Amino acid sequence: MSVMVRIPTPLRSVTKGASQVVAKGKDVEELIDDLDRQFPGLRERLVDESGELRRFVNLYVNQEDVRFLAGRATALKDGDEVSVVPAIAGGR
Amino acid sequence: MVLDEVGGAGQARLLRSRVLVVGTGGLGSPAALYLAAAGVGLIGLVDSDEVEVSNLQRQILHDVEALGRAKTDSARARLEALNPEVRVVAHRVRLGPANATELLAGYDVIVEGSDDQATKFVVNDTAVTLGIALVVAAILRWEGQLLVVRPGDTACYRCVHRALPAGPRIPSCEAAGIVGPVAGVMGSLQAVEALKLCLDLPTTAAGHLLVYDGAAGELTRLRARRDPTCAACGLLPRSGPPQAHQRSDG
Repeated sequence: MSVMVRIPTPLRSVTKGASQVVAKGKDVEELIDDLDRQFPGLRERLVDESGELRRFVNLYVNQEDVRFLAGRATALKDGDEVSVVPAIAGGR
Repeated sequence: MVLDEVGGAGQARLLRSRVLVVGTGGLGSPAALYLAAAGVGLIGLVDSDEVEVSNLQRQILHDVEALGRAKTDSARARLEALNPEVRVVAHRVRLGPANATELLAGYDVIVEGSDDQATKFVVNDTAVTLGIALVVAAILRWEGQLLVVRPGDTACYRCVHRALPAGPRIPSCEAAGIVGPVAGVMGSLQAVEALKLCLDLPTTAAGHLLVYDGAAGELTRLRARRDPTCAACGLLPRSGPPQAHQRSDG
């Protein structure tokens, strides 16, 4: 399945500056693998050693947090929109 | 404000409203300015720092005349000059677990603009416990995030971000940089939401995480769900928050 993925500013150094990329996968797990194939190093920014999404990163499929869907097993279909949203904390 | 939804009654309601602004920097500056301009009757400010020249790129409450002064003093002077009908209460302290309840209690709305996630969690957890609506934002480089929290009704900051991650902290604006107007956008959005909360106007902003990408010029609204396992609000009944204006008029 081909989906559009929004890349936040902190990760654009890995995607050569791209704020949106197209990637493929039947679910979020495969999508992350495909993203890493396209942009080596992206996976380790999103996922820890045990394969879980890093605590400070939220992933949304069509505006829904995957933690409330099926996590990394959340199914994807053509045209879905995925947003990668890391926690940021600046304010001052 | 001449808007139908506000009018004279609404303006009077704003004058009776109490909003606490945590942090008088990139976010707190535009937020406090617009709240004062709108006539919010009491604005509390929390900040322990002094004005430094590096702040002035985005912290528009302050200026070169205020260098070296306490930010709360500088901010109070500016806000009182903008609107003498507004009472400004300065809390020149660093907010933490030991003083958060004392600082937040009695306010109708909290506008959170601190520069570290630990403080955001403390403000969130305290606001949730006290049942006070919260507008929390964060900025970094070209991006901003905003969440409106109605305790017991909508997702809180901890529902979305869970807990402080182990390892290196998320970089601050001083360390990683911030585009000044992005802080302006997010702080202004905080003021919009705070005003709606003060006026008890309906808002669907609560329950959504608003993400602004200044580099791409995009605003994205993501669903923020209440987490039933949330350590801050998971045990609160889903009956909605206390009304924003249930406070003693002492």
